[in-house]
Amino acid sequence: MFKLNKKDLRTLIIVILLALFAPFLLNPFPTDSALAQFNAGYPDLMQRFVIFGIFAVGFNILFGLTGYLSFGHAAFLGAGSYAAIWMMKLLTMNIIPAIIISVIVAGIFSLFVGWISLRRSGIYFSILTLAFSMMSYQLAYSVLTPITGGETGLQPKVNDPRLLDGALAEGAIPKANLFGLDMSQSYDMSLGAWSFTFNSGYYIAAAFLILSFYLSIRIFRSPFGMMLRAVKSNQQRMTYTGLDPKPYTLAAFVISGMYAGLAGGLLVAMDTQAGAERMFWTASGEVVLMTILGGVGTLIGPVLGSGAIKYMENIISKINSDILHTWFAFLPDGLENVIVAIIYPFIGKGWHLTLGLLFMIVVIALPGGLVEGAQRLSRLFKKGKNKSNENE
Amino acid sequence: MDSIILQILNGLDKGSAYALIALGLTLIFGTLGVVNFAHGALFMIGAFCAVTLNRILTLSHQVIDNTRTDFLGNPLKVDIPYIYDFFGENIGRAIIDWSVPLSILFAIPIMIAIGVIMERGLIRHFYHRPHADQILVTFGLAIVLQEVIKFYYGANPIPSPAPEAFKGSFDFGALVGFDPNTIIYPYWRLVYFCFSLIVIGAIFAFLQFTTFGMVVRAGMADRETVGLLGIDIDRRFTIMFGIAAAVTGLAGVMYVPINPPNYHMGMDFLVLSFVVVVVGGMGSLSGAVLAGFMLGILESFASMREVIDLLPGINQIIIYLVAIIILLTRPRGLMGRRGVMED
Repeated sequence: MFKLNKKDLRTLIIVILLALFAPFLLNPFPTDSALAQFNAGYPDLMQRFVIFGIFAVGFNILFGLTGYLSFGHAAFLGAGSYAAIWMMKLLTMNIIPAIIISVIVAGIFSLFVGWISLRRSGIYFSILTLAFSMMSYQLAYSVLTPITGGETGLQPKVNDPRLLDGALAEGAIPKANLFGLDMSQSYDMSLGAWSFTFNSGYYIAAAFLILSFYLSIRIFRSPFGMMLRAVKSNQQRMTYTGLDPKPYTLAAFVISGMYAGLAGGLLVAMDTQAGAERMFWTASGEVVLMTILGGVGTLIGPVLGSGAIKYMENIISKINSDILHTWFAFLPDGLENVIVAIIYPFIGKGWHLTLGLLFMIVVIALPGGLVEGAQRLSRLFKKGKNKSNENE
Repeated sequence: MDSIILQILNGLDKGSAYALIALGLTLIFGTLGVVNFAHGALFMIGAFCAVTLNRILTLSHQVIDNTRTDFLGNPLKVDIPYIYDFFGENIGRAIIDWSVPLSILFAIPIMIAIGVIMERGLIRHFYHRPHADQILVTFGLAIVLQEVIKFYYGANPIPSPAPEAFKGSFDFGALVGFDPNTIIYPYWRLVYFCFSLIVIGAIFAFLQFTTFGMVVRAGMADRETVGLLGIDIDRRFTIMFGIAAAVTGLAGVMYVPINPPNYHMGMDFLVLSFVVVVVGGMGSLSGAVLAGFMLGILESFASMREVIDLLPGINQIIIYLVAIIILLTRPRGLMGRRGVMED
């Protein structure tokens, strides 16, 4: 089905199910319970899960297949955001043109950057992409202020010329929509103590995620994908067989740039604003982290990685010392204070510390990321099973 | 003419910082072949060594001064640093005043220790992993170090002044025969420049004229052969890592009066220092120094009013622009060796 083999189809179905039932899966705790703060099923966060999932899936096409480590992909995300917001300012608040234009603009931008950067490889390529993204960031902050809004960023305003929408009523807030369906519209369902939120914006973003994930499976399994793997494993041999690696790598670069643009456009569609900080190099670093954490070169890895990082960013950074004290209240006071003092640096504002540590641990001990971890676990499990079978 | 000299002078102090950091980075890369993204964090730790020493020196106890009263009429409580008790008030005051230069002595052992621990504890396990893994693990380490510093010192910049003797500026133009008041230059920046020249000279002399340096250079050229000759090259490279960390840390220590240190200053300098190293040529020590000064001076020229009017925004991007042009036209960098990282 869909020209996929059985295994890939299973992965695709897993992703579809995860995306469809995310509002349930991410809200496993009753609303009033003490564990409710671990619930991640609110629209804003779920949207971020899928949008950064798209970003990481695209990045994985470049980094996972060709091995070229780009430190500048945030620039394409930012370019996509700016393009989308300008469509909303000039044409219509409908998200479709905004997203199409953001993909196209990011594609053209990445074609330019990739065409230059791909003349070099290895660390030089990383530095070149880094230099380009820092240049875009600095320019967006300073000289390009008329286009980018500088430090304040851009938001759609009531009196923007929106050619298709016509004038808005005085005092009305321009809202992103899909043919009238408001992105922030949600349907709350309560089941006993649980409550689940179904957000229209989330499902639109999830549809894009599923689409881009399907596309990435097809790219992974296509002859083109094989060529990209050849670039990673041995460029020299590829050249000797009469193939020029450059067009393939450039195509991969542009595709992943377009994914980043799509993510940027979706970010704007969900939350209509854009700022230069999206292009900062730490944002590029973040997508690298997501891909690595999930598993480079695997299909589902980037989706898992982006989910894990965004989840931690939001949930861990919300925990404060009071909450810790309530958790460990069952211990004797002295012990409680000691434990809270030990854990405290890692939570709340210190969640970056946790991120850094986790990241080091993954690179040191588990270079294949979460996916490899899961595989090792299942192998261990199977081995144990086999042994017990032999014993019988 | 005077404005040109002024810009060159302005570029020198930033260029010195770039050159020192890039020198440390190249030492690590040239000896161990490791791409160290935690290098900016070493610079930051150096700066915080100065802050720490200042805090240690100003540790005080309260004394009630009966001769003075506060606004409520109670006897005034005065903080007396312990160091006044040890050395008397005048010397104590001078020591605190000179805490930044004194931090050099404080920072060298600490930075060498940090460098050695980092190399032994983490980086040695990554020699045979791909460069991407090295970049990623050191990037993670940089985040961790940065967050630890943030946890202990807070997120705000901590101003630490230069010694009283070096505060203020002097009229450089008048010294060399220009009109007075055209070229004003702060003392401390000159100190920083001279300091960086001394450190760079010391490193080159160390590598050039000592047996240890000779072995290290031989190891940089061909590690395997040196190992086969029965020399424990790993141990020497570990020490070089410590020295590289110390060079970078010293750059941070002395930079404190120019730019109050905060926890993310390392990340700010990291990107730039990598650009500097790449422009100079991976693995070339003199290239790193040359590129550091060159980019610093170019940056300050690009921020001249006339240039900005001509090309708006050029001051923000000049370094990256130069890096892109150099990488595309001279892939090995200015003075890069053949065959280093040309994969």
